[in-house]
Amino acid sequence: MSETLASDRPQTPMQAIMDPASRADPYPLYEQLREKPVWHEPDGSYVISRYEDVARLIRDPRLSVEPQNSPRGGQGLSFLNMDPPAHDRLRRMTMRHFGPPNDPGRVEAMTPALEAMVTSLIDAVRGQDRIDVVANVSYPFPVTVIADLLGVPREDEPRFHAWAEGIVQSQDRDPREPGRRTESAEKAFQELAGYMFDLISQRKGAPRDDMLSRLVNDDGPDGVMEPGEMISVSVLLLLAGHETTVNLISNGMLTMLRQPHLLQLLKDNPAIAPGFVEEMLRYEPPVHFTFRGALCDLDVGGETIPKGSALQLILASGSRDPRRFERADTFIADRPNNQHLGFGSGIHACFGAPLARLEGQIALKEMARRLVNPRLLQDPPPYRFNPTLRGPRALPVAIDGVLP
Amino acid sequence: MSAPCDVVIVGASLAGLRAAEALREGGYAGRLTLVGDEPHAPYDRPPLSKQVLSGWVRPQETFLPRLHPIAGAWRLGVAASGLDTAAQRVDLADGTALDYDRLIIATGTRARPWPVEAEAGLGGMHLLRTLDHAAALTAALEAKPSRVLVVGAGFTGSEVASACRDRGIEVTVVEQGSTPLAAVLGPVVGGHAAILQRRAGVDLRCGVSVTSLFGDVQGRVRGARLSDGNVVEADVVVACLGAVRNTEWLAGSGVQAGPAGVPCDAACRALSADGAPTDDIFVCGDVSHFHHPLAGERRIALEHWGNAINQARVAAANLLRPGSATNATALPAFWSMQFGANFKSVGLPSHGEQVMIVQGALETGRFVAAYGRGGRIVGAIAVNQAQWLPFYEQQILAGAAFPPDWRVVDQPQGATPQPAGFPGATPGAAYAGA
Ligand SMILES: Cc1cc2nc3c(=O)[nH]c(=O)nc-3n(C[C@H](O)[C@H](O)[C@H](O)COP(=O)(O)OP(=O)(O)OC[C@H]3O[C@@H](n4cnc5c(N)ncnc54)[C@H](O)[C@@H]3O)c2cc1C
Ligand code: HEM
Repeated sequence: MSETLASDRPQTPMQAIMDPASRADPYPLYEQLREKPVWHEPDGSYVISRYEDVARLIRDPRLSVEPQNSPRGGQGLSFLNMDPPAHDRLRRMTMRHFGPPNDPGRVEAMTPALEAMVTSLIDAVRGQDRIDVVANVSYPFPVTVIADLLGVPREDEPRFHAWAEGIVQSQDRDPREPGRRTESAEKAFQELAGYMFDLISQRKGAPRDDMLSRLVNDDGPDGVMEPGEMISVSVLLLLAGHETTVNLISNGMLTMLRQPHLLQLLKDNPAIAPGFVEEMLRYEPPVHFTFRGALCDLDVGGETIPKGSALQLILASGSRDPRRFERADTFIADRPNNQHLGFGSGIHACFGAPLARLEGQIALKEMARRLVNPRLLQDPPPYRFNPTLRGPRALPVAIDGVLP
Repeated sequence: MSAPCDVVIVGASLAGLRAAEALREGGYAGRLTLVGDEPHAPYDRPPLSKQVLSGWVRPQETFLPRLHPIAGAWRLGVAASGLDTAAQRVDLADGTALDYDRLIIATGTRARPWPVEAEAGLGGMHLLRTLDHAAALTAALEAKPSRVLVVGAGFTGSEVASACRDRGIEVTVVEQGSTPLAAVLGPVVGGHAAILQRRAGVDLRCGVSVTSLFGDVQGRVRGARLSDGNVVEADVVVACLGAVRNTEWLAGSGVQAGPAGVPCDAACRALSADGAPTDDIFVCGDVSHFHHPLAGERRIALEHWGNAINQARVAAANLLRPGSATNATALPAFWSMQFGANFKSVGLPSHGEQVMIVQGALETGRFVAAYGRGGRIVGAIAVNQAQWLPFYEQQILAGAAFPPDWRVVDQPQGATPQPAGFPGATPGAAYAGA
């Protein structure tokens, strides 16, 4: 946030968390947050950080995600920022093309294609003794996946990457109107929307085997999407598939490089990848907060949060709450009963979770198996600005070779 | 009283099995005997009217998972016929007897039989409570009857009708009340259930009763005469008239028992004739009759899967360590699947005086209805909206106001409380409710 420059003395843990200097390790600050159930911030918002509270509130129908009710959140990203019934309708219409009950097995069927992509990305660094995990694997892999899934031409990647970065990593919101995108972010959004509009128009009547074609040509039980709805849904999917899984893979590799016994564990037992990735989503999650607006007065931890307030739910703190997780600050590859908050919960729970899990498993397994003696060259690595979608900008690693 | 070393459990179904497991899990190392009049190992009943009838699961695939080794003696296929509390002895129908120092009563309920004996004996007449019933009814449906008549549209009857439509079988449902599920959810939500039935092609007749059944010369049922003068022809009739509590074997035993069940306190202890709780006899599951804070002074019976499990745990805990557990804090919860819709409730909808749609809309088939009594919310039912129920559970436990003063997403404009419309205490038209 613009008012919290690194040079300001932060008054609250949350202000310190926003400071880019805290990006590499926000966890001690989360611990401070959890000392109180509710923090009333100077900007008027309320911060909630304990597992039980976050898990309950994220499923509480008295909280809204609509921009007009949620003074701090709300990028206006399709159904991510809609309440029911509009949310449910659009999510159902989109989900139809992505999983059960209408399209079961779609994600699983992608396994061979995903494996082939990771194989070729790792093949491409053969002969190098230094790689950047972000640029070489974590970024291109999920971006290619979501582009292919939607039917966005891979060769347009530089264009939509610039737009996505402009929207997600924009340094501050419009100070005149909190919740609004800045002008540069708005411009990027408009350009991306226009690009999507063109693609969708091409697919209308000339379908290919991709999700845009199915969205535009399908007439399911909920009818047909309006063109505007289709554009914002596809922008949401592109961004959600773009800015999250990259961090799962980078954070995962970083964690394994810092704790080499984990790297060895996954290398020796690739079959544990599902539980391993689940724990990664708890321990170093790609999405740290989410925002809601109170539709009426709420009691939380003995305090009244008045109607109209913004709430910041700190998912990443809840997932590290020792009241819920034993040895919460330790990575336990086979942690039982691991109901982390990495994908959120309730009606907005991550739509792409099955795909994201599969991507994470394949990428981490293959890097653990094929990279010979990987060593972290910079610890902590440089981080991206965004405190919510938190992850390294680059992850330089030295290697002694690449196995076939 | 000495420590337990000889526990007998009568009723070897959900509650009995889970009580036995909880005893062992709680460290009980003494003798343990389970008596059940059915010949089968414990099995699960909810699938019988759902996946089994629809053909997704075979009847013999419903056996209950075992959560803990029991190391007990099983007396299956033999009923308990009497109880002598002074001698601490259970008499069995085969003439033998079992001594106990602690007894758990978990005899549940049975399907209310068709009231006219001659008609009840017609071929093609079915009840649905047991595995054998489900196997027989499934076989009858597989034989592609020309029409099935379901008498009683509580949860069981509605689910049977739903399974028939899944199989493409013509079905007529006759219900005395004004809508299906009226006795358990009231006519407002029941009206939606009626729409679901009709949309699925059910020939639904409400406000009507069956006056008699008629058969052919071979003694097979051919159809029914209705109170409105109409006749329905059907070659399969399923009587879904609710449940009768299995308490006859307790007559004259010194513990209270009757048509309403076996009364017990919040520790699941049975009551002796003077109303004082016994310290050696416990009750759990569908047969129990107990106080719940939500229901005030009235005792209730809950024919709910979750309640059977919960009371089994409470009974076992108090048997081993008196006073260590209570059933008073658990909120009743219940579910049903019919006509592609998921019904899920918390609290006690049937105790509501008023009902109000609090999220969604009846017309969309996705909604939550809340039930209020005395200015408090006492229950909620979600139809295809189960994700919100934890919130309503919290509100019920917190004694939140009714009509609610909150604002929630998807709140209908201008919704107001309406009379819940329960016909009073109708004895068991279905397996849920009081
Ligand atoms: C078709 C059907 C569908 C259902 N669906 C749902 C649902 O969707 N959701 C839900 O919450 N609940 C549902 N229920 C209710 C749920 O199954 C019951 O709440 C549960 O079975 C209660 O378990 P119980 O052990 O108390 O009683 P029961 O299951 O009735 O078991 C009692 C056992 O004791 C035996 N017994 C009786 N008398 C004697 C005697 N004298 N001696 C020895 N043994 C005796 C009986 O034969 C029986 O085996 C359904 C029930 C039925 C029948
Ligand atoms: C590891 C990778 C990912 C993580 C950690 C993640 C996390 C999350 C979280 C926490 C939410 C809930 C947001 C909230 O409640 O405010 C969410 C929602 C969402 N995610 Fe993901 N996500 C990931 C990958 C993906 C992918 C690959 C896709 C697309 C294919 C995707 C699509 C979505 C969508 C569409 C929503 C909005 C759902 C709704 O509002 O109903 N996500 N994600």
